This record gives sequence, C-alpha cells and structure tokens, in this order.
Amino acid sequence: MAALPTSVDATQQLLSDGRYVADRSLSTVLYLSLSLGRPLFLEGEAGTGKTEIAKVLAETLGRSLVRLQCYEGLDVASAVYEWNYARQMVEIRMSEAAGDRDREQLSADIFSEQFLIERPILKALREDVNGPPVLLIDELDRTDEPFEAFLLEVLSDFQVTIPELGTVKAPKPPIVVITSNRTREIHDALKRRCYYHWVDYPTYERELEILRVKAPNAADELSQQVVRFVQKLREIDLFKVPGVAETLDWADALTQLDKVALEPQAIDDTLGVLLKYQDDIAKIEGSEARQILDQIKQEMHTEAARRSL
Amino acid sequence: MTDAIAPESHAGDGRLVENLTLFARTLRAAGLPVGPGKVLEALRAVQTVGIERRDDLYWTLHAVFVTRRDQIALFDQAFHLFWRNPKILDRVMQMLLPEFQVAADEEEKRERVKRRLQEAMQQAPGEQQETEKEELELDATLTWSQQDVLRTKDFEQMSNAEMEQAKRAIRDLELPLDLLRTRRYRAARTPGRADMRRTMRAALRSGSGDIPIQWKQQTKRPPPLVLICDISGSMAQYSRMVLHFMHAVTSDRDRVQSFVFGTRLTNITHYLRHKDVDKALEKVGEEVTDWEGGTRIGACLESFNRVWSRRVLGQGATVLLITDGLDRDNAEGLARAVERLHKSCRQLIWLNPLLRYGGYQPKSMGAKAIMPYVDAFRAVHNLESLEDLAQALAKPAGVQQEGLNRWQEMVEA
Repeated sequence: MAALPTSVDATQQLLSDGRYVADRSLSTVLYLSLSLGRPLFLEGEAGTGKTEIAKVLAETLGRSLVRLQCYEGLDVASAVYEWNYARQMVEIRMSEAAGDRDREQLSADIFSEQFLIERPILKALREDVNGPPVLLIDELDRTDEPFEAFLLEVLSDFQVTIPELGTVKAPKPPIVVITSNRTREIHDALKRRCYYHWVDYPTYERELEILRVKAPNAADELSQQVVRFVQKLREIDLFKVPGVAETLDWADALTQLDKVALEPQAIDDTLGVLLKYQDDIAKIEGSEARQILDQIKQEMHTEAARRSL
Repeated sequence: MTDAIAPESHAGDGRLVENLTLFARTLRAAGLPVGPGKVLEALRAVQTVGIERRDDLYWTLHAVFVTRRDQIALFDQAFHLFWRNPKILDRVMQMLLPEFQVAADEEEKRERVKRRLQEAMQQAPGEQQETEKEELELDATLTWSQQDVLRTKDFEQMSNAEMEQAKRAIRDLELPLDLLRTRRYRAARTPGRADMRRTMRAALRSGSGDIPIQWKQQTKRPPPLVLICDISGSMAQYSRMVLHFMHAVTSDRDRVQSFVFGTRLTNITHYLRHKDVDKALEKVGEEVTDWEGGTRIGACLESFNRVWSRRVLGQGATVLLITDGLDRDNAEGLARAVERLHKSCRQLIWLNPLLRYGGYQPKSMGAKAIMPYVDAFRAVHNLESLEDLAQALAKPAGVQQEGLNRWQEMVEA
C-alpha cells in the first residue's frame, strides 16, 4: 500500500505514474478528496476518462478496486448485501433434524456473518489488507432516486445498517469516486457531500500527450493529425462528439491498417470507430471529412513553416 | 493563472477567513446556492491544498462551491474579479445592490398594481364586453349544464371568467399514465416471485416443520413525461392554457420535464415547479424571449435532440409534442428531427389544436413531416380534449395507434 500524496504536485505525479495524463485542476480536486476523505464526484461526457481515474488510483496506491456499476432499479440487495438463502435453509433443516429447537439461537445463527453475501458497498466498508479500497460508483445517473437517497447515508457516515446484524462502519473510509454521464441531474444533497469536478474534453496538447502515452505505436504524424481531426469534430454539431476513448480507438485502428498519416479513404472506412450515430457518420463522411483533413494539413504546414523560421 | 494571489489573502488565516466569507457571500449574491457551512468547508480545503499557487486556489474553491456544470462560468467570473482585488468587487456590489433592490421593488409594485387593476376591470364596467360575448353562447347554455359547455368550448373563444374556470379544472385534472414495471419489488399476497428474505424470517417465526413462502412482485411507476410546447403566434391562445396544463402536470407528479419553443428551445421545468401557478407562469414569461413570434420547429426539435434527449428521455419517456405544425422554416429538417425524437422515446404523442376544425387535414409541410413518426395524434383545444388525453395516456403504448392510420392516409394522399 502506497502512502497518499501530500501535495498537488505529488498527486499529479501519482496519476502520471499510472499513465494517466491529468491537468492540474483534476489533480487539485483529487488531492483534496484524498486528504480530506470526501467522495469525488466526476461528471462529464462519455469517454473523457472518468472511470479510468478510479482504476489508476487503485493501481498506483496499491488498493483494491471495488466497482459498483449502476443501473435503473439497483437495490440494496445487489448493491450492499444479500443473505445466502440456500445455506440458511439447509441450516434450518439440519437443526430441525438434530432436534435442536432453540429458536432464538437458530435465528442468531442464521443471520450471522457466515450467511452474509457481501455486495460492492459493504465490501468497500470492510477492513482490507491493502488499506481502505477505492470504491468506484460508476454511472450513478443510471440509477433511480431511491438508490441515490440510500447512498446519502453511506457517503456521509461510511456505514450501512443491516437490520439483523447491526451497523457496519468502515474502520477507515474508502476512497470514493462517483461518475456520472449526466443523462439526468443528480440531486444536490448528494453532490454536497462530494467534491465536484467537470471532466472536459482535453486540449490539443493534452490529448496528444495522452495518445503518446496510451498508443505509443501510432506514428507521430498520424497522432497529431488524429488529435487535430477529433478536436475539429468536437466543434461541429453532432449528436455525440468523440471522446478521448474514441480518439485512442481510432489511432489504434489506423495503426492496425498500417497508416502513418490520415487519408480520405482511410477516414471514411474507419469513421465508425469515432462516431456512434449513423446521422453523424453520414454528415462527416466524404466531402466534410476531406475538408477537415485539408484544413488540418494547412494548419500543420503553416506551423512547421513558423517553426523553421 | 500562475501569478500570485492578491496580497491581502497572504496575511494569515484571519484575512483568509474574512476573504473566504466575503467570496462566499459574493457567490451567493451572484446566484450560486452557497450555504453557510460551505465557508468552513472551503477554509479546510484551502488549508489542505495551500495558497502558494493561484490555480490551485482556483480549483480548490471550484471543488467546494461548484456542484453543477452550468455554475462553472459564474464561478469563474466571480473568482477572477474577486481575487484580483476583493475591495473592487465589494464596492461594485455595494454600488449595484441598492439599485437592483429599488428596481425589483418597483417592478413588483407595478406588477401588483397592474394585476389589481385587471381584476377590478374584470368585475366592473369591463363586464359589458363579456356579456356581449356570452350572448353568443346563450343557446348552448340553455341546453347543457354550465360545466358541459365549458368542457367543449374552444380555448380561443373563452372569456376571462371562463378561462379562470378552465384553469381551475385543469389544475384538478389527473393524469393516469400507463405504468412501467421497475426492477424494484414489494411484498405481495398473490404468488409470483418468492421473497426469500421474508420467507426466511417467517420460517423462523413459525417454528413448525413447513416453511410458508412469502411473495413479492415488481412495483410499477409512471414513465417520465416530456412536454414540448409550441408558443409561436399561431398557438398564442392555446399555449396559455397548455402552460396551465403543463404546470398542473408538473406539480402533480415527478419526472416531468417541460420545454417551450418558438424560434428557440427553452427548458421551463424549473419555473413550473413553483407551487403558485401565476408566479410560475410569470417566471416562464421572463425567461422565454420568443413568445408569439415565428416557429422553427425543425431547428428547435433538433436542438432538443442534441442537448436534452439523452438527459431526459433515458428511462422510457413519453413525449407530448404540442404544436399546430405550421412552420416558418418550410419544415426544413423537421422530418429528420421528429424521426430521431420518435426513435429515442417510448411514445411520441402529437397534440394539435387545429384538429378542432372538422375539415382539418394534415397537409401543411410541417404536419406532413411530423405525421409519419407519431404514435398518437390528438386534439388539444378544449377541456374535453385534455381529459380525453389524460385517459389516452393511461392506455399502454401501441393501443393508441387506432385512428392514426386515417390521418396518415391523408398525408400520403
């Protein structure tokens, strides 16, 4: 288990050790959340690397990662704990067969830890050999309001109450990272218990750096063109503009096709990697793509000329 | 942003607390929901991160004070104004505040006077006009009860008093929507799925040899409802009533989102949440700038698709599109936008006030573009049609298709 970072710079270092290219704003809020033990609420479009932060954190700090993937109707039984009914049944039958009829005792036996099935949240509250785990509550916006309300207790006191067993409180609070794609607004009461950060699309420089770290096989010229192209796409009115994840996928795909630079045909062939709506693809495919490519080439040309001066 | 922060804030914690308090107050005045507890929180955060770097301070306070994306711009401006020189901002605020106060007060007073005047005029001499109008309806009132006349009367021809009555009726209107099954369960008496948790407890209680199985069943809840209403000139009389309808629906149930559009789309859900309908509509009036102007249905629906659809249609929403289908843009891009809207919601219901005319045919370019993609097509011009709508919404999706074919044939003809 690695020690928690002691400054913003150390946090930035920690992230870059985990091959995560973060800007200073994210490092600051992450450092705050780590040192004051408050959940980190990350909101942003899909594919901007929110989930990745939790993974990198668990990896570099040597903690275990407990992931709770949210969906509508997620309830306490699948998020916190459930009893192992089959084993409980067997236990009841066995005690009946043995003629042991002390009901009080039986009840205490049946609702004990050994029949408890831990789900992610309870697991995250338990003592862990690696230190308090990283609890990733992914895509919270997919759950419904009742679950959100339930989370309030967990997030402010880091405890859950099991009627038959009593309250389970974390010896040390876990590191909590909550992500949301903003398909609906999360209630303010929950956000108040967290540090909030909007994860935006990266700048050109940062995205290029991400590409160099994560897709080192892509040719240098190709990487630059890919990033420029994607950045241009993000300025166009599309139903879903590509995220960083798509940029990486695209660079990979083009590298697989042995491309060292963008060319119109290759763009049209691989556009599906980048854009996820047929309408968007139809809009960009062909002349629009060619136009963007020409623009990029022009830009790169003038920049090279300026540099050589 | 790496230059040092204003010298005032270096002078020990005392100044820092003071400055943070002032800053929090500034943010509150600017409209951010900053409670008193936030200052302490901010102080703790700032002490943790340190104030060596201006950008660290920025992001630290950002993490504490901002809770939504739309607050970021406001915070950004306030921060840069304040931490450059808190005194300037203080002075600016002092200079501005009293004036704002006066302006708002006066505005309110004027508004109150206006309303009182209106009320007075409605009761006394102004009644003449109304009686004249009512005479036209006299034959009707003789045969039906007052209630029934109102129910079938076109919103466009209603007098003010009737309008008031209609508003009240709308307020009491219930909206039983077809329920969706959720993945949550509750205890049930009839056999369905076994509720093992309760069964186990019952088994322990009974103590006899057999285990009485307890049951559970899926709970149901109404799907989210999204109302998109046209407020352009041609809809003027209806949209007022429809806004009352929207307000009634919004306060009646959760998971309702309301939008209005003329030349641009505005989300008015937040304003409609206000309990008092007059206040709510007043707020809407202030917020919406394109009342009774032209219509750009295609562009507005497209912007809905792009900005809102993934946020409000996620969980199987029903969409009520309220428009007469008369489009200034010659229905440009409308078909594409409606098609996408239809694909991303559970059912799309088009409410059209023009349906009240017996010979109405969906022949305008707008109507032709919308028609192929709607699941139901209904009139919305009087109370009765609104009540019909309420009942229609209670039916499961799909059943509503009936009757739509005739309209679609008309479009194709």
